[in-house]
Amino acid sequence: MIPLSWYLWLSAALFSVGLFGVLARRNAIAILLAIELMLNAVNINLVAFWRYLTPGQMNGQVFAVIVLAVAAAEVAVGLALVISVYRRRQTVVADELDLLKW
Amino acid sequence: MTAADFSLFLPLAVLLIWATVLLIVDLFIPKERKGWTASLSALGLALTLFLSLRQWGETASGFGEMLRVDPFATFINALLLLSGLGGVLLAYGSIRRHGVERGEYYTLLLFSVSGMMLMAQARDLILLFLGLELLSIPLYVLAAFALPRLDSEEAGLKYFLLGAFASGFFLYGTALLYGASGTTLLSGIAQAWSQAGRNLFFLVGAALILVGLGFKVALVPFHMWTPDVYQGAPTAVTGFMAAGAKIAGFAALWRIFTEALPGLAPDVTPILWALSALTMLLGNLLAIAQKNVKRMLAYSSIAHAGYILMAFVPFGVPQVRDVALAAGLFYLITYAITNFGAWAVVSALERQAGQGLELDDYAGLGSKAPALALAMTVFMLSLTGVPPTLGLIGKFYLFRSVIEAGFYGLAVLGVLTSLISAYYYLRLVVIMYMRPGEPQPVANPWLNLTWGAMAILTVLFSLIPAPLFWWASQSVLR
Repeated sequence: MIPLSWYLWLSAALFSVGLFGVLARRNAIAILLAIELMLNAVNINLVAFWRYLTPGQMNGQVFAVIVLAVAAAEVAVGLALVISVYRRRQTVVADELDLLKW
Repeated sequence: MTAADFSLFLPLAVLLIWATVLLIVDLFIPKERKGWTASLSALGLALTLFLSLRQWGETASGFGEMLRVDPFATFINALLLLSGLGGVLLAYGSIRRHGVERGEYYTLLLFSVSGMMLMAQARDLILLFLGLELLSIPLYVLAAFALPRLDSEEAGLKYFLLGAFASGFFLYGTALLYGASGTTLLSGIAQAWSQAGRNLFFLVGAALILVGLGFKVALVPFHMWTPDVYQGAPTAVTGFMAAGAKIAGFAALWRIFTEALPGLAPDVTPILWALSALTMLLGNLLAIAQKNVKRMLAYSSIAHAGYILMAFVPFGVPQVRDVALAAGLFYLITYAITNFGAWAVVSALERQAGQGLELDDYAGLGSKAPALALAMTVFMLSLTGVPPTLGLIGKFYLFRSVIEAGFYGLAVLGVLTSLISAYYYLRLVVIMYMRPGEPQPVANPWLNLTWGAMAILTVLFSLIPAPLFWWASQSVLR
């Protein structure tokens, strides 16, 4: 069987990729995608911990499902904000949203 | 699940159901009568406040330990619900004038308050995360509420991107704690800690949770969003956000660290010390450079997060821990009262959305509207920590408890940064009284009520702080 640590490394790597994406990308949609990557990295972590440590309890799975639901709700709001900004400004690049000083 | 579980959960359930029903009822309220929605939401908050205060003194857990009612939760709930009421007052006094009166405002506010309450009551990582998101998602929308205005939209988007980013950190931290202990209950994590001892999962998990919540309460390395969002969001939202989100974030921080990770104190204390010091220093220094009042108050709110965090630095010193936490809770009251007052004044001077927010727009207020200027002076003095205001008492309790715990450096830094802050707070007072100008404050009865009441409370409670401090010290987490 694949050892638990492999999953943890995978999840840490995915989280780091997401983190890099948020910091390096300038497009709001790309940042949003990177944030989703971070949340899903956590999900891998949760499910792996559940499977290896407490397969008898539902905690980890329930947590992962709740994370999925919350992430979906968050994206719904986020995309709405992105679209409304795009309609008025014709851009969603973070550098160009400079009405307020960053 | 038993009836007892549901009676614990009652205030939160009432608020959530009220918000959902109000969302539907609002559809049938005509556009020019949105005052009804405001009154109904205030009624819901008041009812919840009543139900919540009835739980005072009770200590019980429900839903398999996941939800907790204790004096701490009741205290925070009461403060949050009062902040919600303050938010409704501020909004009703200003959003029509700014042309953004929509009924959803009040429902979103109710949802956000219920998320905050959940954070104060949750004893389980899953519920904490749920509360954090229920708090944040309506706030993202509220920040962008003045929709045709570009700055509000931009504030909403920025708050969303950085908020979601921060909740990613929080979530990763909770996942690691879950992995380290095999349970999501805070009590279970404390148990696992005492059996397993230090390991990397606990340390990294706690650090990531600190980062995630640090974003929410705007501690210094994670504060970049605060000035932009506070400036761009409608003033009423900013006032509510500055109080509510901070109170809830600190409540969750306190609960997680004292209930789940008390053994981590030796590792966390230096980090908290540094965060608190940095936050006080940078918040106050950057506030000096600001020309816009909303931005200035945003940096001031960052600085105040540092002062509040100060109460949490000695949490590893058992003799002082309770006193320090009580001082922190007392400071939360202080901050909330002063904050609402100051934002109400800002709102009164903002005749049109986005106008009248520069420091120069306050020139001549002293002769034009003496009462308003006097109230603003009281708030500025209270934020600085000058007698006879509540801010002084709050800071006094804070510094005393930190000194008792032996963190002299932090106390000295607190006093020094308060001196720095006097420069920009008093500059506003000087501009109001010494410089000629033609400010045009709005005389809205609800705004008048807010700043008037808050100014009176700020002075009154500074003369008789004992009952408030007694209440705070009864509400400490044990």
